Amino acid sequence: MTEALRLDNARFLRGNAACPGCPIPKELDTLLSVMGKRTVLVVPASCTSVILGDTRGTPSTVPVIHSAMAASAAIASGVERALRARGEKDFNVVVWAGDGATGDIGFATLSGAAERNENILYVCYDNEAFMNTGIQRSSLTPYGAWTTTTPEGKREFKKPLPLVMMQHRIPYVATASIGYIFDYEQKLRKAKGIKGFRYIHLLSPCPPGWRYDSSLTVEVAKLAVDTGIWPLFEVENGEFRLTSVSKTHLDKSRRKPVEAYLKLQGRFKNLTQEQVQEIQRMVDEMWEEIKALVKK
Amino acid sequence: MQKARKVLALVGNHAVAYAVKQAKPQVLAVFPITPQTTMLEKLAEYIAEGELKAELVKIESEHSAMATIFGAAVAGARVFTATSSQGLLYMTEMIYWVGGARVPLVAAVATRAIAAPWSILDDHHDFVSKRDAIWIQMMAEDVQDAYDLTLMAFRISEYPNLLLPVMMGFDGFILTHTMERLEVLNDEEVDEFLPPRKFNLIDFEDPVSIGQVADSSEYIKYRYYAMKAMENAKSVIEEVSKEYSKLVGRNVPGLVEDFMCDDADYAIVAMGAWSGDVREAVRRLRGEGIKACLLKVKTFRPFPKELIRKYLSEKKAVLVMDRAYSYGLGGVLASEVKSAMYGLQVPVYNFVAGLGGQDVRPSVIVDMVKKLHEGTLQEEVWLV
Amino acid sequence: MIEVPEYSVPLARPKLGSAGKTGFWRTSRPVIDYQKCTKCRLCVIYCVENTIDLMPDMYPRIDYDYCKGCGVCSNVCPHEAITMEPEVK
Repeated sequence: MTEALRLDNARFLRGNAACPGCPIPKELDTLLSVMGKRTVLVVPASCTSVILGDTRGTPSTVPVIHSAMAASAAIASGVERALRARGEKDFNVVVWAGDGATGDIGFATLSGAAERNENILYVCYDNEAFMNTGIQRSSLTPYGAWTTTTPEGKREFKKPLPLVMMQHRIPYVATASIGYIFDYEQKLRKAKGIKGFRYIHLLSPCPPGWRYDSSLTVEVAKLAVDTGIWPLFEVENGEFRLTSVSKTHLDKSRRKPVEAYLKLQGRFKNLTQEQVQEIQRMVDEMWEEIKALVKK
Repeated sequence: MQKARKVLALVGNHAVAYAVKQAKPQVLAVFPITPQTTMLEKLAEYIAEGELKAELVKIESEHSAMATIFGAAVAGARVFTATSSQGLLYMTEMIYWVGGARVPLVAAVATRAIAAPWSILDDHHDFVSKRDAIWIQMMAEDVQDAYDLTLMAFRISEYPNLLLPVMMGFDGFILTHTMERLEVLNDEEVDEFLPPRKFNLIDFEDPVSIGQVADSSEYIKYRYYAMKAMENAKSVIEEVSKEYSKLVGRNVPGLVEDFMCDDADYAIVAMGAWSGDVREAVRRLRGEGIKACLLKVKTFRPFPKELIRKYLSEKKAVLVMDRAYSYGLGGVLASEVKSAMYGLQVPVYNFVAGLGGQDVRPSVIVDMVKKLHEGTLQEEVWLV
Repeated sequence: MIEVPEYSVPLARPKLGSAGKTGFWRTSRPVIDYQKCTKCRLCVIYCVENTIDLMPDMYPRIDYDYCKGCGVCSNVCPHEAITMEPEVK
């Protein structure tokens, strides 16, 4: 065993296959350090399947079960039930899945596990396209974004998955952004303490897929929140709460114009001024809906 | 003194459920599909009544059913699920995943025709379509056989270091819904036959990552050793068959079963429930002076090619009964038998029938063998 | 302890540098100006590859064996204490 493996806490080891500027290793390191050593990760086909290395070694210091793309929430259900059946206590079963495996091919599996209220934490790291196969649009690709299968820009809207999960009436739903890492960490902590199905939707920028310089990952992830495009919130037992800087964003004047976020990314470079206005209008409308949720 | 064993009258689905209950699985995944449904209903009932202590996952699809028991098996649980036809096809990706990951577990398949067109009745297309998935595949002839094979399946899959999943096939409706007499083991006997499961891949002190990417030089090694494991499985199956036969005091063969093959001129090769009809046909043919026999294939994967050669090498001709067809080639079982008999000078005829629940009576089989005897049978015949 | 026969279950154990010494990937190298560094730790917190360690004196240190040179640390540093210098001049 190498020295790094004698760490008291779980970590995600450096020197893995993630692209430069890819936030996944940090996101997973944060996840593992919060969840601890007694955690099983279930990972469907995605960039993370590659980042996790090959049979000669993996950066994960907790058990990992690789999964077919549509199967992860079901595999996690089985793992959790079996560990419980064998008398284990104080363990966590976590699905770590991309947006395609969550909102598209694995959606029925996710919805089924949520409906059964399986005792698992499901984290969707959302890089807004099928990135591992080379940037093809998913149902979570935002309106207007270029991908290799939407060369003219996506014409449809991003599937509002966190709200869809909220409608499953599971004990905990939250959004997060790697740009606000402490907010993400706090939500992981909270999720860890809750029993039942927990869902965290983590916005996870992708330098090659979103067409920005690798040094801008954190800045882009922050701007997604600061412009109100990606509101940070949590829903605990039905109670909706804005978190971190998003708390102030009900007031439109506190939100940056969406252009600040869009212009950093090459995937939006062909947007017309009208389309940018359209996106601004959609974001403003979404915040009106959020107002109603907050009042509840 | 040994407690007397119970003799029950059960439909096939309930006999398998009874065996599963005695095997004490810890996690079950259930999703309905005809004709398997009543088996999982029975298991749910056992759990509700406290006769079986297990986690019952009422899952949202067959793909997820296999995924769930895979996850549970990785985490050390004895597991079970069952399906049929479209369900088995929908499960296919995970069937291969389980085989490739070499995770021991047991699934039952109530065989059924595949759509389109819709048919809920029996044939073997679903079962044989999983022949390359690194699974041991066994098929039962009657309700007793389905019960026996289910218990043997758990033992074989958990045999030390074999690491292979087992699929137990039995004919939809013909066995699943037919009530027959069977003798069941006492629970304590099953406990002794099936020691607690040892296989487990989740140890928080020794974290391993399962199903990792394997590069091209590594991948083929995993497949090479899977091939070795399947070859090795033949002797394990024979071993378990001996253990089980001794326990029950009946001969329960594992790979093939021969019926009157010693002096026979003609061998009929069959798999599954209609082997019983073949037995009847063999008796009638013998009554008419035609020396026929049955060679029943109980294990389809690994295919017992050595035994097939041994039993068939001296025959005048072989008739293979097929309830599944590889379109553009020939009957699936016939192709396997021909391949096993490569180089032998024994003609192999193929009788394709029973698709989509078609009734095949012993008299039809008798006619086929008579034609074979007279030299008028075509190499491949469909009952249409 | 998980024990399975060789080449049965495809599995792997934890390894530092599972993709090798990823420091070789760098086209530019982050260099910390310790005169400007205020020990705010933002670079440690946001280094996406987890290759910046916090030393006992609370100063950050970059592990060049594995740093891929993405430049996130330089971007998040509020004091411009980290500059990106080309690896090949």
